[in-house]
Amino acid sequence: MAAQILYCHCAFARVVPPETKAAVLDGLLRRDVEFEAVPDLCEMAARGDRRLAELTAGAGPVRIAACYPRAVKWLFASAGVDIGDADAAVCNMRAESADQVLARLIPGGDR
Amino acid sequence: MTGGTGLRVVVVDGAAGDRPYEIVRALLEKGYAVARVATAAASPDEGDVVLGSERLPAAEPAAVVSAVDRLRGERGLPEGGAWKPWFPVIDYTRCTNCMQCLSFCLFEVYGVSEDRKITVQNQRNCKTECPACSRVCPEVAIMFPKYRHGPINGEPVNEDDIRREAMKVDISALLGGDVYAMLRDRSARAKSRFSKERDDERALKERQNCLVALRQSLDIPAEVLAALPSADEIRAKAEAAAARAAAARDDS
Repeated sequence: MAAQILYCHCAFARVVPPETKAAVLDGLLRRDVEFEAVPDLCEMAARGDRRLAELTAGAGPVRIAACYPRAVKWLFASAGVDIGDADAAVCNMRAESADQVLARLIPGGDR
Repeated sequence: MTGGTGLRVVVVDGAAGDRPYEIVRALLEKGYAVARVATAAASPDEGDVVLGSERLPAAEPAAVVSAVDRLRGERGLPEGGAWKPWFPVIDYTRCTNCMQCLSFCLFEVYGVSEDRKITVQNQRNCKTECPACSRVCPEVAIMFPKYRHGPINGEPVNEDDIRREAMKVDISALLGGDVYAMLRDRSARAKSRFSKERDDERALKERQNCLVALRQSLDIPAEVLAALPSADEIRAKAEAAAARAAAARDDS
C-alpha cells in the first residue's frame, strides 16, 4: 500500500534551510506521487485542525517531511493525534539533506 | 487538509502547466494548503478549490495566488501568516507534571487538564521568540519547534542536556532568588564603593547589565526579563496553579 506523504513548508519561520525545502518540494512534484503540502504544521496543531487526524486515519504508512521527529510527534499529540499508531516516519529537513528526505519519503522513487 | 487559511488547493497532475513548483510554493507561502493528486475527486472536500476549474483557472503563479486570495475573502476566511506559530510543545515521555512551567509563565499559556496534567492551553498567548519556560523545565520536556538550537527545537535530549537542566530545579532560585539576590549584592557592592554619594543611575545601569547578561545566556527577550515576577509572585502563581490542579482533581 502506498504511503501517505505530508510535506510541511514551515512557511512562517526560517529554521528549515530554504534550499532543502525547495529541493524536497520540487522533488515531490517531479515524481509520480500524491502528497499533501501544508504551510505550517505548528499552526495547524495550534488550531487543533481536525484534518491532522485524517492523515493518519488511512490504512497505509505515513511519511512526514518536517523537522525533528520528537517535536513533530508531540505537535500531533498536542492536537490529539497519535502518529505512533499510524506507522509514521518523520524526515527531518533541518538535519537531513533533500536527497535523504526524498529517499525516505519515496523509497525506490526515481530522481 | 487545510492550512493557515482553512482553504486547500487541489492540484491534479498536469493542471499546473510547466510551473508546478512555483505555483505550489507561492500558495504555501501565502498560507494555503495544497493537495497534489493523480485524479480529481468526484466530490471535493468542503474548503477545497481545484486548480484548473472554472473557479480557479490555471494561470501564472501570482495570478493563481490572487484568485485564491479572492476566494478566501469571499468565504470570510482569515489570511495566512498573521501569527508566527510560536508556542511550547510538551514531550510527555519526559514531563513529570511538576508545574514549574505553569508557575513561571507570565502569559498564562499553560493550564491543567481534567486529568490533572499540565497542558498548553493558550498557544497564542505565548511571547514570540521567548523560550523561557523551556529553560526552567528541569526535565528538558518543553520544546519550541521553531527555536534555533537543541534540545529546545526537538533534537534528541542527551546526557549533557539532562545534567545542565538538573541544576535548575527550583525556579525561584533560578529566576527569583538568585537574580534578585545578585542584583542586591551588586547594588550593595556598588554602594560601598561609592558610599559618598547615592548613584541611582549607576544602580540602574548595574541592573541593566545583569539583565543583558541573562538575556544573552538564556536567549530570553528583554521585555520578558523586565517583567520577571518576584519570588513572592512566583510562589503566588505556584499556589494558584496548585489550586487549579486541585479543582480539576475534585471535578474529575
